[in-house]
Amino acid sequence: MTVETAAGATPPDPELVQLLTPEGQRVPHERYDALIADITDDDVRALYRDLVLGRRVDGEAVALQRQGELGLWASLLGQEAAQVGSARALRDQDHVFPTYREHAVALCRGVDPVKLLALFRGVDQGSWDSVETRFHLYTIVIGAQTLHATGYAMGIQRDGAIGTGDPDRDAAVIAYFGDGATSQGDVNEAFIWASVVNAPVVFFCQNNQWAISEPLERQTRVPLYRRAAGFGFPGVRVDGNDVLACLAVTREALQRARDGEGPTLVEAFTYRMGAHTTTDDPTRYRLNAELEHWKLKDPIERVKAYMVRGDIADQAFFDSVEQEAEELAVHLRAACRALPDPTPASIFDHVYVEPTPDLVAQREAMSAYLDSFAEEVAR
Amino acid sequence: MTSLNIVKAINAGLRRSMENDAKVLVMGEDVGKLGGVFRVTDGLQKDFGEDRVIDTPLAESGIIGTAVGLALRGYRPVCEIQFDGFVFPGYDQIVNQVAKMHYRSGGRLRLPIVIRIPFGGSIGAVEHHSESPEAYFAHTPGLKVVTCSNPLDAYWMIQQAIELDDPVVFFEPKGRYYTKGEVDLDGAADLPLESARVAVPGTDATVVAYGPMVKTCLDAAAAAADDGRSLEVIDLRTLAPLDLRAVYDSVRRTGRLVVVHEAQRTLGIGAEVAARVTEECFYSLEAPVQRVTGYDTPYPPARVEEEYLPGLDRVLDAVDRTFAY
Repeated sequence: MTVETAAGATPPDPELVQLLTPEGQRVPHERYDALIADITDDDVRALYRDLVLGRRVDGEAVALQRQGELGLWASLLGQEAAQVGSARALRDQDHVFPTYREHAVALCRGVDPVKLLALFRGVDQGSWDSVETRFHLYTIVIGAQTLHATGYAMGIQRDGAIGTGDPDRDAAVIAYFGDGATSQGDVNEAFIWASVVNAPVVFFCQNNQWAISEPLERQTRVPLYRRAAGFGFPGVRVDGNDVLACLAVTREALQRARDGEGPTLVEAFTYRMGAHTTTDDPTRYRLNAELEHWKLKDPIERVKAYMVRGDIADQAFFDSVEQEAEELAVHLRAACRALPDPTPASIFDHVYVEPTPDLVAQREAMSAYLDSFAEEVAR
Repeated sequence: MTSLNIVKAINAGLRRSMENDAKVLVMGEDVGKLGGVFRVTDGLQKDFGEDRVIDTPLAESGIIGTAVGLALRGYRPVCEIQFDGFVFPGYDQIVNQVAKMHYRSGGRLRLPIVIRIPFGGSIGAVEHHSESPEAYFAHTPGLKVVTCSNPLDAYWMIQQAIELDDPVVFFEPKGRYYTKGEVDLDGAADLPLESARVAVPGTDATVVAYGPMVKTCLDAAAAAADDGRSLEVIDLRTLAPLDLRAVYDSVRRTGRLVVVHEAQRTLGIGAEVAARVTEECFYSLEAPVQRVTGYDTPYPPARVEEEYLPGLDRVLDAVDRTFAY
């Protein structure tokens, strides 16, 4: 038995929230227009800049991997709007629990992209300050972070930081994950937990249609956003390639959480235009026609079309963003290559808050062993 | 001094930790209104409220995973896993997330989480209720693994585990839960958490145990004394990191070592103790290190668990073997 839901042929869902068509036309929406009524032309230009810089960081990282400078990279190509739109809905006090693909969210949270490269270069396992940026370390095990997000949200509840009406105090958590993760037990446990304790958490699913080689139909028989109903909280499907719609929908969900009204599942319907990671070869399992179909829905091109159509930006603006992206790329290339390797003895650091006697002994033994070669070379 | 069993001692320790630090939370299945299936958390929800003593959904990965988030927010969760065999749905969160967070964050993020697990057999239970999974956790860098054998240690060790900024897996000997002992509730701990203790001094052979087997070994030592043989019994208390200073000191005097645990033999804690003692005390040993353990089978049906579990006679047999060389 097969289920006819090939990603490229997914019929338009009447429930899909869209504010910008793929052609860049702003379409009205009864519910969500109000949520972005305050967005100025400057804000739109800023969103465009976020999208372009996010894509550029990603593109440079893929190139650096091809040049042997990174061990691996998980590309966000095609998912820029879902990431930027949701990230720009956050307030400073909100906390983010990402997967390993939220590079554009990281940029929006002020994480130095060189630190993202460092992780994939194999220099460290995440060196950004997740407390200051409120952007947690990347989580590789699929879905595990949704429980961390829910627990963190329970902490916010206990701190009395929801429902006070103080916009600088009330806080929410956002957990990112993909369509594949929705099959994980942890994600389902997180849904249950958040529901029964009414945790201030937004579950932001980037449904990019593919879990490495497995299409969405291997994960679900129902649209993902509808699963929320079974857990007892709202679910909404948004056009994940529409930055304005993602902003509006996530704003609403986060505010519900901050107001103490509990969790929301946002399904950002998007497409992984690149490979799963740089080790993957999507030509083995999907048709090029599907990619071509989604290219017409490109998240950056539609904003650009909207901006041109509405005289929101001129060529000088686009050129300046391009220039900035180019400068960032040059910086990333140099900074990545300049990242120092960790010292061998550093592998013993931070296993525990205080090193145990066993670890001290092993570190000394390793150093002595390595030093013995240095003496040999000196002779 | 107050006479308490291990259940009440841990309860008193939890209570004191919660009184001392408002960030300490207790969470698990049935820990609230019921007070836990063994009543270890009895009365805590009544006194500290539902926000601090949390009856969780029935999902072990969720218990550990949400504890990670709570700890990142500044709380100190004490998770109860209802029975040893039920920890495995939470194993991924413990091994991949809890154990590694401090390391992978370069020391920025601390997870002061305690995971309490009643372990061991001899209670006539059905499957998955009598297991000794401690070696899985002791094998995982980033976790501290400790176990108590008596009410005094139970009272202090749970408090010390909660105060520690590293994650701790805290194994409770459920078969000894109702063993009574004298506890000075207002005194101070006489030992750091990560230290072994000589439970009874002796001169002829060294017997090392932890958790529920300490009592068995003390009984064996008493029986051996009747036969004129003096056994030194050492309670390891901490399995990760291992503290074998007292063991080395003892073996250098006795030349003979028997290691006892309920867990299966192969690659168990006993194997590690034997390897290290061989490295450190090779010239003092008069005989190979002997192990008295559960067999390398799944935990058997309850009607034969007595034959599976190490008992006094098997310990004494092993001691005899060390004198046969």
